[in-house]
Parts: sequence; structure tokens; C-alpha cells
Amino acid sequence: MENLQSLLHGFTIAITVPHLTLMVIGVLLGILVGVLPGLGAPNGVSLLLPLTFGMQPVSAIILLSSMYWGALFGGSVTSILFNIPGEPSSVATTFDGYPMARDGRPTTALATAFGSAAFGALVGVILITFLASWVAQVALAFGPPEYFAVYFLAFASFVGMGGAAPIKTVVALAIGFAIAAIGIDTVSGSVRLTMGIDELVKGVSFVVAVMGLFGIGELLIAVEEEFQARAVSSRVDWKEVFRALGRLPRHGIALLRSAAIGCWMGITPGGPTAASFMSYGIAKRFSRNGARFGTGEAEGIVAPETADHAAGTSALLPMLSLGIPGSATAAVMMGGLMIWGLNPGPMLFVDQKDFVWGLIASMYVGNIVAVVLVLLTVPVFAALMRIPFAVIAPLIVIICVVGAYSVSNSYLDVVLMLGFGVVGYLFKKLHYPLAPLVLAIVIGDKAEDAFRQAMLMSKGSLGIFFANRLVTTLVLAAMALLLLPLALHVVRLLRKPDEAAHEKVRII
Amino acid sequence: MNVTSKLLLSTTALLLAGAIPAAAAWQPQKPIEFVATAGPGGGTDNLARAVQNIITKYKLTDQPVVVVNKGGGSGAEGYVYAKASAGDPYKVIFGTSNAWQQPLVSKVAFNYTDLTPIAAMAQDEFLLWVKQDAPYKTAGDFLKAAAATEFKVGGAQSKDTDEVLTRMIEKAARVKFTYIPFKSGAEVAVQLAGGHIDAHVNNPSESLGQWRGSTQRPLCAFSPKRLPQGPKVTATEGWSDVPTCVEQGLAISQYEQPRTVWLPGKVSPEQAAFYVDLMKKVQATPEWKDYIEKTSQVNTFLTGAALDDFIKQDLEHVKQVAGEQGWLVK
Repeated sequence: MENLQSLLHGFTIAITVPHLTLMVIGVLLGILVGVLPGLGAPNGVSLLLPLTFGMQPVSAIILLSSMYWGALFGGSVTSILFNIPGEPSSVATTFDGYPMARDGRPTTALATAFGSAAFGALVGVILITFLASWVAQVALAFGPPEYFAVYFLAFASFVGMGGAAPIKTVVALAIGFAIAAIGIDTVSGSVRLTMGIDELVKGVSFVVAVMGLFGIGELLIAVEEEFQARAVSSRVDWKEVFRALGRLPRHGIALLRSAAIGCWMGITPGGPTAASFMSYGIAKRFSRNGARFGTGEAEGIVAPETADHAAGTSALLPMLSLGIPGSATAAVMMGGLMIWGLNPGPMLFVDQKDFVWGLIASMYVGNIVAVVLVLLTVPVFAALMRIPFAVIAPLIVIICVVGAYSVSNSYLDVVLMLGFGVVGYLFKKLHYPLAPLVLAIVIGDKAEDAFRQAMLMSKGSLGIFFANRLVTTLVLAAMALLLLPLALHVVRLLRKPDEAAHEKVRII
Repeated sequence: MNVTSKLLLSTTALLLAGAIPAAAAWQPQKPIEFVATAGPGGGTDNLARAVQNIITKYKLTDQPVVVVNKGGGSGAEGYVYAKASAGDPYKVIFGTSNAWQQPLVSKVAFNYTDLTPIAAMAQDEFLLWVKQDAPYKTAGDFLKAAAATEFKVGGAQSKDTDEVLTRMIEKAARVKFTYIPFKSGAEVAVQLAGGHIDAHVNNPSESLGQWRGSTQRPLCAFSPKRLPQGPKVTATEGWSDVPTCVEQGLAISQYEQPRTVWLPGKVSPEQAAFYVDLMKKVQATPEWKDYIEKTSQVNTFLTGAALDDFIKQDLEHVKQVAGEQGWLVK
């Protein structure tokens, strides 16, 4: 109960007028950078960082972390309304969020996303509050083989799930791995796959890929299919916000499961992106409405959003207690900690009690502030959907071009982004799944690094993936997820040959 | 601004910076871009932002300064960008010794000769670290054990400063390590805390929090004399209590990583002089001392011929190690 006492002390620090004001400012700025093209949370936080140098560390971190919460919420807005994910972790939200918004229910989609995100964040903070010291120990148990096993688990939970023909999923994954390999290789230090273009040494940015694949790709399809009829009539409806929130408890199991996945991936080094993908994949497999996922199912929004925020929140813990940032934004904040004169590491919880517990208490309050503010904006954002397609389409192109350019002020990125747009269009036309491609681009190189580091450690023996209980469990779980659909299929085949044969035809 | 106050200002500048040639004629006319050749949050990024902060606070130039991160490809992204910006005095590049080391060992499209060196502003030291509960008390104990089994040594990046130093230790002590490259020093520190590797050669700031938290401790410093006395890190020890590696029989007397500042190539001597002067002014502020102390670096200022010599020496040295390891690219 010592933690509870510390938390109450933290609340006395967080709930003061200046700190609440900072939270509101931070959240509003965060929503702004989350929604605006190409800014995103890491850039927003680095822009704000110099302003905090004169502040008390606890005030500074409250401002920056509130901005982070705001940006996380704001990032879901563009995913849902325009199919343009602002952060890697909100890609999975587009799968059902965008179809639902297109279907004339943008208010429902946004409110569902924000409500489940808030739930995920809350579970994440509660975990931090009560299990801080235990969690820090868990994270230490992760070496290269364990890292690889976690990434493998994320891939497995997505791959076996299908929806598209399995072979197409594998092709998409392979292309993603190739794209992730562009640039300097961590393990050998050599330059790979730059094809003589010097600038490619920096690798392909995720934002560039996703803006093209989703934003431009979707636009091309839309232009081709139904040029005029894309304006959606949606009334500004306050009641629908509350109705959507009221429907959330119906997805209780999905909420709890996704929060658990999120927390697990947040403390282990999987991170929010892997968490949201994995949660979506598992929800699709185990939900009663799994087959309708991708067409605007509420549960398809609940699963990734809850996991994303649960992971994003609990990922701050390894940053504070171990000094490993779980995300790009956390990395910027860690730089801030050093400048404020604090050293992230095991002693922070002992030396800087006020700072740590002030921050944890501000996570509770900041997330509540964020969800209230962001729900207030739902009707405004939903109204954007009423703008005719002829106006929105050029706007989306501008968002994508500016966004791609501002990643590193490079024209090459704009060209790449447009190229990815064509790829996205072709993928859609030929019924190749985009999700495995994106997942491979985002965590493919990390998985590769971890695998090769593990191989260096074991001098090439695969036995290292079964060397202890933790890594063996992870690998076996991944294998099970990978083989489950195949096994179920075989079982059905044995039981009812006719029906199974029929199903097989349908899959192909 | 009238003539008198301008004169006063430049006199102050002269006083601040010490004796500099009367070349402060060039002044920037538009915003200046600081290019950090590392991602947000790393040591190079922190330096760029600290300098930006000091310049803004003391209004050392009339023009706004913005920091951009170009850390892709272990920093190559930033240097390639600098090369493409030849003749542009509004781009200031912040890096490390990787400006001349990277072109030796990987096929990147730049060389340090494409850039105009301005200064080396701080030196990061290296130490040999082991896990807190490891049985070795001295570097000698550690190396004796290393002769019997092949230890796993982690480091940031491949064929970069950390691996060069690791290979130097191998040679000096006649042992063999398995070197495992990770993305950053912070990641390496956590891997050691978890017992997944046996040692690493992190900079002080990369493992400071871990040392205070008793997950790992330094055995020795790769420095000719003990590190400067500062506040105690743990209850009983500070940086100056760490013996030098030479004291402990590991004959590597000096290894350090300079934090370097560059302009693109083909800028005029007046433009370069302006930035040398600017960095000198930054270094004279109390905020700079504070930054150096908090990041546990050593203050230094090399420019002109001294910097050229330093680069040449370091280059020769790295070339030798890289040659022995077969890393050199043709």
C-alpha cells in the first residue's frame, strides 16, 4: 500500500491550478499536432522541449506527457476520417474505423475509438501504479532472443489470421521486410538496397510509406470507383457520442483482452504498434463477428485502440525505470529528462519520488482531461466528413505531400510516398492485404536485428530460442497462433470432408 | 541598432571569445538550421539542442535557430545532406567522429573532406563496464576470466567507436570477444543489467543511471588520467574514483569520442570564422558548464589546425584497427 500512499501524494502535486492548466494546454496542442499533417507527437514534443528548460521537471513532464496523450488521440482522428494514420500505432484503427466513417457513422467511430483508448490508458496507468517494481524486473529479462520471440508472436498473430489468401499475406510480408532492410544494417554496419540513391541510406520512413499506401492508395480507388458520391451526410449529433460510449461495455471481453495484450506488449519491448496489430488480429480470430472485420465493425476499432493506448501508457515505465524509450516520443522526453538534470534509471523511483509519482498521478488526470476535450471535438471532426469529395480529395493529397516532406525535409520522400500510393492501389485491386506489409515495414528490421544478435550470441544455434522458460513459452505461443488455423482446417477436413472441400474452394 | 552599440557588441564578443582575428564581418541574414546526425534524445541531439538553447537565451545571433534530426543510417543521412548543401552557410552539422570513421568502413556517399570543420566541443570518455554482481573487481580479473571463456561484449552500432575499442581491448589483452551490436548505448546498458551480455564500453552518461541504481559498475576508464572530480554518483564513489585502464594493466591509455561541429563544404573563411566565434561564445556560458557536468563529458575546444591534427591522428588509428579487422571498403 506504499504505492497507494505515494500516488495520493502524487495527486496533491498533479491537481493544482497551474498543473491542470498545463495539462489542458498540453492536450490541446497535442490534439493539434496529432491531427495536422506530418507533425505527429515526436515532432510536437521536440518543438515544445526548449520551452520547458526553465520549468520544474515535474511541470515540464506533465506538459510534455499531456501533449503526448493529446497527440495519441488526435492521431486516431485522421486514421478514421481520411484513412491516413499519423502514428504507426494507429494503422490498425483504419481497418474498421475508416469503413465505418465512410458508412456515414463518423461520430460513432470516433467516440468508440476515444472511449476504448481511454479505457486502455487507464488500465495501463493502474498497472504502472501497482506493479512498477515488478514490471521493471520483467523488462530486464528480455535479451535479443526474447525480443525476437515477441516480434515473432506479433507476426504470427497476424499472419495465420488471413482474410486474404495465405500466400498473398506471405508476399506482402516479404515485400515489407525488403523495404525495412533499406539503409544501414545495424549488425554488419553496411549499406543495403539503396540502389545507388545516396539519400536512401536513411531508410524508408514509416510515415512516408503509410501516407502513400493508405492515403493516396485509397484516394486512387475512390477516384476510380465513385467520383461524385463520396460526401457523407452526417448530422452533428451529440447524443450519438454518448450512445456509442454506452455501447462500449458490450465489447467487455474485447476491451479486457486488448488491454491485457497492450500492457503486455508495452512492458515487454514489443511496443504500441505491435500491440495494436496483434490485438486486432486476435480479436478478428476470436470475435463472433470476426468475419465482418474490415467492414466497419465497432469491435475492430475497440481492439487496436485499447491495446495501443494501454501499451503507449505502460511503455513510459521502461523509459523511467530502465532508460529504454518505448517509442520515438518517449525518446524525446528522455532527452528532456537528462536536460532537466534527472537520470532515467533504477534510482529515479528512489531519488525523485515527487517527480515520478507526480507524473503517474498526472497520467490519470491528464488522460481524463484528454478524453473529455477530445470527445467535445468529435462533432466538429465528424462534420469534416460532410465536405464534398471534390474538396476533400485535393486536401488529402496536400496532407500526404506535406506530411511526407516534413519527415526530413526531403523531396525524395514525396516521390517515394507517391510511389507507395501506386503500390497501395495495386494491392487493393489485386486483393493483397496491406496490414502485413505495414507491420513488416515497422517492426521487420527490429525483428531482424534481434534474430541476428541472438544468432551471434549462440554462434548460430537455434537452441537459443528454447534456452529458458520465457523465450520457449513465447516461441511456442507464436507457433500455436501460426498453426491454429491450419490445424482447425485439418480437423474440419477429417470430420466433414464435403463441407471442408466446399470451404476450401471459397478460400481459394 | 546604432553604430556605437554595434561596436560595443562586437567588443564584448571579442572579450568573450578571447583573441580572434577580425573576421567577424560575415553575419547570418536568414534562419540557421542545426542538423543533428542522430535521432531525437541521443547525445548528439542533446548537444545541438543545448547549443540552440544557449544561443537563443543570450541572443548570440539575430537569426532564429532550428534543430532538425537527420539520424538515419547511423548519421550518414545528415552528412549526405551536408554534402548536398555545399556552399550553404546556414546549415550547421553536429556529429561525432563518425564523420571520418564511417566512410572508412561502409559505402556511404560522403567523406569528411566534403565538410568544413568548425570545432570539437566536448569529449565523451569510455569506460569498461560489468554487471554489478560480476565477480571481477579489476580489469585484470575480468581479462583473466576472458582468456578462459569467450565473453559477449555489447556496443552501439557496428564497426563504429564501440566496436573499434572492443577490438583494441582484444588485441591489447590477447583475448577474444563476441561483439554484439545494438542500436544505442542506452539499449546496451539495459542488456548488461539483464545479464544478456558480459560487458560494454559505454560513455559515462549512457550508464550513469544504471550505476547509481546498482545494476552495473565501471572497472576502468580509457583515459590517460582519472576523470575529473564531480559529485558522487553512488553513495561512496564518483567518476574520479574509477581507476584508469592503464593503472589496471590494460594498455589503452586514451580513447575518446569528440562531439564535432561542421559546415557544408565550399563556404567562405569568414562564414566559418563566424561559427567558430559563435561556438566559443556558447562555451563561455554557465549553461554550457552545466550541460557538460550533467552529461558527464569533458570540456574541450579544438578548432583550426589542432582539430585537423586530431582528425588525422584518429583517422590513422581507426584505419589501422579497421585494416586488421578487414573492415575497410575499397
